[in-house]
Amino acid sequence: MGWHKKVLRVNLTTGSCTPEPLNMEWAAEYLGQRGLATKYLLEEIDPKVDPLSPDNKMIFATGPLTGTAASTSARYSVITKGALTNAIACSNSGGYFGAELKFAGWDMIIFEGKAASPVYLHISDDHAELLPADDLWGKSVWETDEILHQRHQDPRLRISAIGVSGEKGVLYACIVNDLHRAAGRSGVGTVMGSKNLKAIAVRGTQGVQVKDPVRFMQAVGEKKQVLADNAVTGQGLPTYGTQVLMNVINEVGALPTNNARDVQFEGASNISGEAMHEPRGSENKPNLVTNQACFGCTIACGRISRVDKEHYTVKNRPEYWNASGGLEYEAAWSLGADTGVDDLDALTFANFVCNEQGYDPITFGATIAAAMELYEMGLITDEETGGIPLKFGSAEALTKMAELVGKAEGFGKTLGMGSKRLCEKYGHPELSMSVKGQEFPAYDPRGIQGMGLTYATSNRGACHLRSYTVASEILGIPEKTDPLATEGKAGLVKAFQDATAAVDSTGLCLFTTFAWSLDDFQPQVDAACEGEWTLERLSELGERIWNMERQFNMAAGFTGKDDTLPKRLRKEAAKTGPAKGKVNGLKVMLPEYYQLRGWDEKGVPTAETLQRLGL
Amino acid sequence: MMRSLTISPDKCTGCLQCEMACSYENEGVFNPVKSRIKVFVFEQEGRHVPYTCTQCADAWCQNACPTEAIQINAQTGAKEVNEGLCVGCKVCTIACPFGTVNYNQATGKVIKCDLCGGDPACAKACPTQAITYQDANWTGYDKMRSWADKTNTQATAQA
Ligand code: SF4
Repeated sequence: MGWHKKVLRVNLTTGSCTPEPLNMEWAAEYLGQRGLATKYLLEEIDPKVDPLSPDNKMIFATGPLTGTAASTSARYSVITKGALTNAIACSNSGGYFGAELKFAGWDMIIFEGKAASPVYLHISDDHAELLPADDLWGKSVWETDEILHQRHQDPRLRISAIGVSGEKGVLYACIVNDLHRAAGRSGVGTVMGSKNLKAIAVRGTQGVQVKDPVRFMQAVGEKKQVLADNAVTGQGLPTYGTQVLMNVINEVGALPTNNARDVQFEGASNISGEAMHEPRGSENKPNLVTNQACFGCTIACGRISRVDKEHYTVKNRPEYWNASGGLEYEAAWSLGADTGVDDLDALTFANFVCNEQGYDPITFGATIAAAMELYEMGLITDEETGGIPLKFGSAEALTKMAELVGKAEGFGKTLGMGSKRLCEKYGHPELSMSVKGQEFPAYDPRGIQGMGLTYATSNRGACHLRSYTVASEILGIPEKTDPLATEGKAGLVKAFQDATAAVDSTGLCLFTTFAWSLDDFQPQVDAACEGEWTLERLSELGERIWNMERQFNMAAGFTGKDDTLPKRLRKEAAKTGPAKGKVNGLKVMLPEYYQLRGWDEKGVPTAETLQRLGL
Repeated sequence: MMRSLTISPDKCTGCLQCEMACSYENEGVFNPVKSRIKVFVFEQEGRHVPYTCTQCADAWCQNACPTEAIQINAQTGAKEVNEGLCVGCKVCTIACPFGTVNYNQATGKVIKCDLCGGDPACAKACPTQAITYQDANWTGYDKMRSWADKTNTQATAQA
């Protein structure tokens, strides 16, 4: 229960769609979503595979609580070998698509092979078929969504699709569902494009059952109340979204600015959550239209925004006048602070384009920031950029390049490689703010030390969502630690990583963890899922997943040497703010972290550790 | 005191907790398709609008039903479908001007909101009070109060 115990296997090479039973032995060890799908991937592919070859597989996975009445039950993840990173990729998304897949009666879809010509998958409950998508190829995510809704005459069809960037091999393409929710990172959309798979359209009428409904509803009700009573999940996030952080992180001197040369941004307040509420522009209305929930979510952090009709980006372009998914903190940072641009409408427009054409705003923003630095050094020329000066602070450069990356045209093709390959091309690999090929997000590890270890050890390349120690170091959740100290961070990172891996396997959203700990998940999981789900079992599950992902990466060719940070964070001290004079103390934290993990000094899990975790 | 479901679309976030609570309460399954309350999302305007039966005093569905399967619950005022009498002719679904009575293929009967016997699950599940269950004579009370508040008159009365 919780699970439907059914997997849909789609062989794109042969065109077959075959149901098969979910491996319940593995479900007992890995629960669902992130954990369970990673297990499948590890068992079914050679981790050395070229991510863009037909031999790579791609799994859309829900959790046992996806589609239930538990708060935030919207989540699904896409698990594959990442096009950007060559490492394990696991990108999580909300919206309505994941729950609909569950309602159709499926826990997972495993895609293998490659279609000879473009196709999309249509699922209506048990019935699944691949249909031609030649006419959709070359269309944006938004156009694809509209065409499929019309074609199938079903307003409640939920669609997940790639845009042109994913078709054309932009290495950080994402998969966008429900128009503006994305499995965003590591190039999972690029993998989808390489398989000639344009979209998945799903409609489900079967619903979801749980093991003990009465106990489940009781637990769900109590835990919803905990979210409502918490200052972050009950007030901060619904009012300002994740953008509640912009001014806070700038204050503490941890807002990477101008390709992380600085740690504070003068224009931060202009692009903050507060600014989104301020009336502005030709109609004197705020950027923010409303907040919006994903399926089942009682927090509702999502932003729905509009670009001012008279803004240069959309003037005379009514197709961009509607309300759509607005700025989240990470995107506001990457498109804004990291490029030095403080024009809120320009950032909102660039973010719209990221959703419309399906690519990751974090990597895009950080890549254009690196390009701006290379331009400043005279290494990228006006000739290459098509006459557009790539200057820090230039909104025009940002929005023009956003459109070019979306279609993979002109200099957009070069930017579509991501910052690592871009900086290598121009002879300055050290200017790429990435780890394992993936750009780090909106927290500077000189001002928030734990985030350095977080980025360095994240299995999917630099990422904040693998161990969000910001919660402890800045917000004091579950307890306050000093953001400038390295002591104790190894343990903190490990604890957050393990708990997060467990949460990402339930079907619920990580943002609940501002208010919930594993103790709050436990009664919900236990009432929903077959078997007995104790707290110990959930914690061990997280640690097992973390080590399994590590095994995948090691088999793919990564070593302890890849657990590092860009030189800038280790050698160039923060120039202003509370962290002034500080670099990140990774070299102190890393050995302790390895030890706590039960890994040898090279970062390899010992035989003992693997055995303890049943790996 | 009779009470009414009162809907404030401006407070709705589109979370569908109400739809799940409804399907669970009535069908024992989490399945929005089986919900008697529906939330419509007008994506391009960022609007979310929950919609369900308003329990008309003089109900079209009830008047149209040839088998008298739609009956009034004297306590709640809800128009309830008596499944034993319903023959699935769907005349009520045509008669209802708002579309809130619907046919259920699985049972061959119609389904509509019955106020959960006086304790509506949707209102309890809604995290934002977009759906409330209020004194039927005073469903406009909160709106009146907020307009009254906007008059912003200075108190001058002296003790
Ligand atoms: S539960 Fe409330 S906020 Fe959520 S969709 Fe229903 S009416 Fe809207």
